[in-house]
Amino acid sequence: MTCVIPAHAGIRRRATTPGSRFRGNGGAACCDLEMKINDAVWGAFFLLLGVAILVHVQSFPAMSGQKIGPALFPGTIAAGLCVCALLLIARGLSVRRLGGDGAGWLAGDAWLRSPRHILAFLLVIGVNVFYILVVDRLGFIPTGVIYLGVLFAVFGVRLRNNLALALIVTLGIHYSFYKLLKVPLPWGLLQRWAW
Amino acid sequence: MSHAWAQAFALVFDPYNIFVMVLASLFGLFVGAVPGLTATMATALLVPVTFFMAPIPSIAAIVTATAMAIFAGDIPGCLMRMPGTPASAAYTDEAYAMTRKGLADTALGAGLVFSALGGLFGTAVLMLSAPALAEFALKFSSFEYFWLVLLGLTCAVFITSDRPLKGFVSLLLGLLVACVGLGNPAAFPRFTFGNTELLGGIGMIPMMIGMFAISEIIRFTVDTNPQLVIVDKPIGNVFKGMWQLTKKYPVQILRGNAVGTLIGALPGAGADIAAWITYAISKRFSKEPEKFGTGHVEGIVESGSANNSALAGAWIPALVFGIPGDSITAIVIGVLYMKNMNPGPTLFTNNPQNIYAVYLLFIIANLIMIPFGWWCIKVSKQILKVPRTVLMPVIMLFCVVGSFAINNTPFDVTVMLVAGVAAFFLEANGFPVAPAILGVVLGGMLEENLVTSMIKSDGRLLAFFERPIAATLGVMTLAVWFLPLLLRRLRQLAGIGNTA
Repeated sequence: MTCVIPAHAGIRRRATTPGSRFRGNGGAACCDLEMKINDAVWGAFFLLLGVAILVHVQSFPAMSGQKIGPALFPGTIAAGLCVCALLLIARGLSVRRLGGDGAGWLAGDAWLRSPRHILAFLLVIGVNVFYILVVDRLGFIPTGVIYLGVLFAVFGVRLRNNLALALIVTLGIHYSFYKLLKVPLPWGLLQRWAW
Repeated sequence: MSHAWAQAFALVFDPYNIFVMVLASLFGLFVGAVPGLTATMATALLVPVTFFMAPIPSIAAIVTATAMAIFAGDIPGCLMRMPGTPASAAYTDEAYAMTRKGLADTALGAGLVFSALGGLFGTAVLMLSAPALAEFALKFSSFEYFWLVLLGLTCAVFITSDRPLKGFVSLLLGLLVACVGLGNPAAFPRFTFGNTELLGGIGMIPMMIGMFAISEIIRFTVDTNPQLVIVDKPIGNVFKGMWQLTKKYPVQILRGNAVGTLIGALPGAGADIAAWITYAISKRFSKEPEKFGTGHVEGIVESGSANNSALAGAWIPALVFGIPGDSITAIVIGVLYMKNMNPGPTLFTNNPQNIYAVYLLFIIANLIMIPFGWWCIKVSKQILKVPRTVLMPVIMLFCVVGSFAINNTPFDVTVMLVAGVAAFFLEANGFPVAPAILGVVLGGMLEENLVTSMIKSDGRLLAFFERPIAATLGVMTLAVWFLPLLLRRLRQLAGIGNTA
């Protein structure tokens, strides 16, 4: 996929819109946010998903006195998904046969060649998993400080400001949601000092 | 009717509501002006907060913030060659070229004035067409609704993607997500795998926050482009010369507004696609197409007004049929259901004051855009200096807490994360996200109307074509599906004929 607009966050998706047909004049940087997996791989994945759903919906009961049941709708969609998946496989394989752009199973992008960016990606996901796992036990405030501290470090905020900033922001969010909007954020370890 | 209008005025000019609109304006301008934060993201972030408000202030917050954000997206495009929201991407190069020629004030002024004008035009169309459509829609039965939803979904696939196959996959995934839980005509727990959290289905709001906010943050994380530099040139009076532009380009303004509203009203396509298409139209029909790309204001006048008119246009199908016109209204529909303002024709007959209030909100939002936008341009250099390295983590924690706040369950945070990562990978591989969103929002409605119709007709498929409107909609849907294939086949046949 070619990309002639300055590649960035908000506008990356443009490459898949009709806009791409209308784009005339070029931009500055080129796209490097892609991680192109060959369509055939996606197709195989969706085919598995579709077949699994088709098998699973067989166990759904029928509605009493009706010809149709809860299996009809998901079953139809899964069948459609299987058809699309087969088309994707065919397209992916033909791209591979032709060679050239996108012929590999996985097309490299700038961020996949940069260990720093891969680490950042994993940490951004990891810190959310960490939050989900420990927030009830640790409480919102300690978890939030660690969460922000790690993310600030990932994005390169200077260390000296890091923890102070993390604490201030966490307390700010805690105040607005816990006090103003009455969201029961967990206290965890700090239960004894709850305010 | 006049009584309902009086009520609407009272709802909108309530001091609390005005206060909400002012705050939402500032929020929207900021989100729009910071590259990487989009208007849809602004809406998703607002939902947890509006959750605790009355219906009209919560709609006011969304309407104001999105209108401001779409305008403010022009600012970094002009000063940094980086669109603040995808809706400004179409003419970012043009605006930046104008800045380098020393015409930043004209580019920003045109963005501001014609955005407001576009918003007002879209609102006028909304006010005129929605009640008429609602009256028409009162006659609809499950057959018409089934085809209408299917037509909307089809539209979303074809218009948001130049590769319909991937759009279809995306749509089917969205429909499958909508199948999870007890919310089906048989009330049978589907795909819950014994998890009680899944019985109620997958939370729409956490999922939207994931797809529109978390995925953007991930994209920021893996962005290897160097930091951008702000063009530091003084900005003069942005309103200078706007009247001359209006007199010079009346056709362009009208065409941009009309096409923008129409694209907004088409399911799935919003302000960003409206801007791309109107920019292309503007260039195609211009008397001076060679000037496009060199810092020529004509395209900005047309597409800058189109993206704001699309915002209002998207509300037409959302309010009348519950079919979102863009990703913002997809979230809005969720909010309307939460506030017991279920979209549909009865919204216009039972509670007209709420609908009138929505009209008023749109008008006010687009009027106050002029002074607020002027001020935002003044302080834009300060806004653009806010470090995104600090902003992104804060937004991410806000997303986590916001997702949790909807149902007070950590499970929703998981939904948010999974949706965000999935949206990131799908988009990176050319699968458009908009059809998936529409699939999730409309899946329940599609199935309900399908099953009701099937039961009514005792499984006879022909019954889907027996009522005149249903038949028309049905034929239209099938035409969109099969016409491209048929045409290609005919072209192939003709090609073979020629060479033979």
